[in-house]
Amino acid sequence: MRPLTEDESKAVFTKLANYIGKNLIHLIDRQDEPYCFRLQKDRVYYVSESSMRLGISVARPNLVSLGTCFGKFSKSGKFKLHVTALDYLAQYAKYKVWIKPNGEMPFLYGNHVVKAHLGRITEDTPEHQGVVVFSMKDIPLGFGVTARSTVDTRKLDPTAIIVFHQADVGEYLRDEDTLF
Amino acid sequence: MGRRSKNKQAAPEPLEKKVWPTPKKLGKRKADSDSDSDDKPSTRPTKKIKDSKPKAHAPDSKAVIDKAKAKDKGKSAAKKGKALAKPASDNDSGDGWEDVNSDGDMDKDERLAPFRYGIDDDLEGFTGNLDEIMDDDNDDDPLAGTVQKFDFDTDQEEDEIQPVSKRKKSKQSERPLKIIPTGSDTSDDSDDEGGRVTMANMEARSRALDAKAAAEAELDDEEFQGAAASDDEDEDLNMDEEGDGDADAEPFHLPTAAEREAEKQKGGPDLMVVQRRMRECVRVLGRFKRLAEKNRSRSEYTEQLIADIASYYGYNEFLAEKLFQLFPVAEAIEFFEANEVPRPVTIRTNTLKARRRDLAQALVNRGVNLEPIGKWTNVGLQVFESSVPIGATPEYLAGHYMLQAASSFLPVIALSPQPDERVLDMASAPGGKTTHMAALLQNTGVVFANDTNKARTKSLTANVHRLGCKNVVVCSYDGREFPKVMGGFDRVLLDAPCSGTGVISKDQSVKVNKSERDFTLLSHLQKQLILCAIDSVNPDSKAGGYIVYSTCSVTVDENESVVDYALRKRPNVKLVDTGLSFGREGYTKYRGKTFHPSIGLTRRFYPHVHNMDGFYVAKFKVEKRSKATKVDEAAVHSNFTVPLGEEAPAEKVQEDVGFDSEEDRPYLEEAKRRRMKSKGLRPPPRSKPTSTTV
Repeated sequence: MRPLTEDESKAVFTKLANYIGKNLIHLIDRQDEPYCFRLQKDRVYYVSESSMRLGISVARPNLVSLGTCFGKFSKSGKFKLHVTALDYLAQYAKYKVWIKPNGEMPFLYGNHVVKAHLGRITEDTPEHQGVVVFSMKDIPLGFGVTARSTVDTRKLDPTAIIVFHQADVGEYLRDEDTLF
Repeated sequence: MGRRSKNKQAAPEPLEKKVWPTPKKLGKRKADSDSDSDDKPSTRPTKKIKDSKPKAHAPDSKAVIDKAKAKDKGKSAAKKGKALAKPASDNDSGDGWEDVNSDGDMDKDERLAPFRYGIDDDLEGFTGNLDEIMDDDNDDDPLAGTVQKFDFDTDQEEDEIQPVSKRKKSKQSERPLKIIPTGSDTSDDSDDEGGRVTMANMEARSRALDAKAAAEAELDDEEFQGAAASDDEDEDLNMDEEGDGDADAEPFHLPTAAEREAEKQKGGPDLMVVQRRMRECVRVLGRFKRLAEKNRSRSEYTEQLIADIASYYGYNEFLAEKLFQLFPVAEAIEFFEANEVPRPVTIRTNTLKARRRDLAQALVNRGVNLEPIGKWTNVGLQVFESSVPIGATPEYLAGHYMLQAASSFLPVIALSPQPDERVLDMASAPGGKTTHMAALLQNTGVVFANDTNKARTKSLTANVHRLGCKNVVVCSYDGREFPKVMGGFDRVLLDAPCSGTGVISKDQSVKVNKSERDFTLLSHLQKQLILCAIDSVNPDSKAGGYIVYSTCSVTVDENESVVDYALRKRPNVKLVDTGLSFGREGYTKYRGKTFHPSIGLTRRFYPHVHNMDGFYVAKFKVEKRSKATKVDEAAVHSNFTVPLGEEAPAEKVQEDVGFDSEEDRPYLEEAKRRRMKSKGLRPPPRSKPTSTTV
């Protein structure tokens, strides 16, 4: 477990900023308790400093996880967000997409969001913007990237893809082995 | 729906001192437990039981899914009526006997039915009898006059009715005819393999019971008459037995050792034979003096019964015996029966993300039929039926609930972690209890979730993240390393690895793959772990300093003996109340072993009593190593050491310790001889040196 290097922090923050924009500052400057990012075996964890200090006493090979896992660095140095970060993303998301109940299961099986399943979308969402996907009952289900801007979606046919799937909570079941 | 509702979790019985006597006292126990409860379950008409219960239960169930009920009122109301009928019977019956009785009414399981009825009709006579003599309540008192009846053999009932025969005849004539049919009804049922209780049949029975109750009320008026009636009843009972005998055509004969051998040669007995034999053995062991064959000992019956249980339910003999010894005979059978039936599916609301009411509503909309588990938990829901897989709904994936057995709520409830504490879960995978604790901490403080098995930490981590627990550190150590890795915890939960004899209904393989050695190894490991857990706790903790030890096993060597061991090894811990409102008390004495008396504060849970997995929970409080004793010890020690350092006694001690060369000489000589021999020299003859020394 170690703090992120300059490059790593940059990779992580740019990725996060894609979803939560300026709200990123709320992750770093928290009112309640200081939090920090830590790297442990190529996974990035977001954890309160008090937990982190206690976690230090666990030897590196024995430490499995602490706090919330945000994602992992690939071997080529790219950062990939995991669905485990969804809690924070949903909390601070700038752009949101709500999908209808009949679209929930297809999305949770890893499919993209098509227009027919689109329930609501934040106004003025640009193209290729990271968005968090909610059910109509405001349960966060995952996140992805918009294929079209809000304006453009109006003239699309119902089978057109609106949001490219990146992660969904179904991965807790599907990818339990590779996720951690 | 009626079928499902029979799986409904019984509401926990109120915590009351229940004495479970040894099998020998079965007869008396019956009387005691009956006289304890004001109402007489056996004499009360069956309809009344059903009616009275929904009232008691209605409020809590209504509170949770009232919306759902508003939607389809008629349906759910009907369902509830049925669903509640069952727990009613469970609830009434503090002890297993009535349980069997009422089960017999409801249960449609054809395989089990004959057996139950066997107990059933036995009981009916018996309880009826005791209810009536309940007025004089101390039936073990020789002066009561009823005792002598118990000493008679079955054949001699003609003799015993002699003294009151006149009165009896009149009684019988005035009694409604239905009563005798009741007995025969049930015995018919037991003969009939289907064992079905038809509507008409039920009605008849309830009417008979009504009549009986009325008759009893009459009898209660005059005490003397009551006593006479008890005699009367007793005769009824005997007639029942006779009827049984007629139906079976031959009296029960316990196979001898040779016969059993022969049977084994033939490749094991027929299932029906085994079933019948078990039934008979239970009956005989219940009233041994009276029903046993001459010159056959109790142990022979027990042995036969255990062997039959092992073959009928598919246990190995060792485990069957081990489990059999935990309970009185009839209860043991219930336990084995309960292990064949799956426990209800339960879920725990994740209070970090959802409220139970909202969750219940959301799941009902998805076509899940559920209800709160009971009053003892406000996060549990019991699932009766679901049209969607309950482990893959969007709510599940979003972390609003966790699939978790009702029994695994208990240790966490007992531990009751408070916000801002540091908590350790020593064997945590797959994380049901860990996430429950994190939820109780409201994501403050820190939870250390440890599990030895690295592969299992994957699912643990997944669950921790899914349920949004942000204060959890997952690590993978052997639990026994723990105070070294980190100590100073406010609370520790040790859900120890165990044989799993409480969850046989989940994992049938336990029945055959556990041997004596497994139990020894496991209890050894558990003893090591519990000491580590105790040592990991910070005794100076303000609100905490607690340990909860739990297993999903029912055997004594994994539970009480481990706890007793911990109490003996660590004088600064003591047992405290678990804070659980139900459950049986832990054994303080078991088969000749006597444990610390405070082990009565621990709690046992059984599948056949509480309709949850067999479970054991003990809660310790760790106190500071008291200074007083420490000082004393130090004083004793210094008293002992100081004189050594001083003049006069020192010499004396030296004298004591010094070598005595005279005494040592033979040994020296012997060593010398050996040395010479090994060098190939010829040692001097032995007689000489010994003679010189002596």
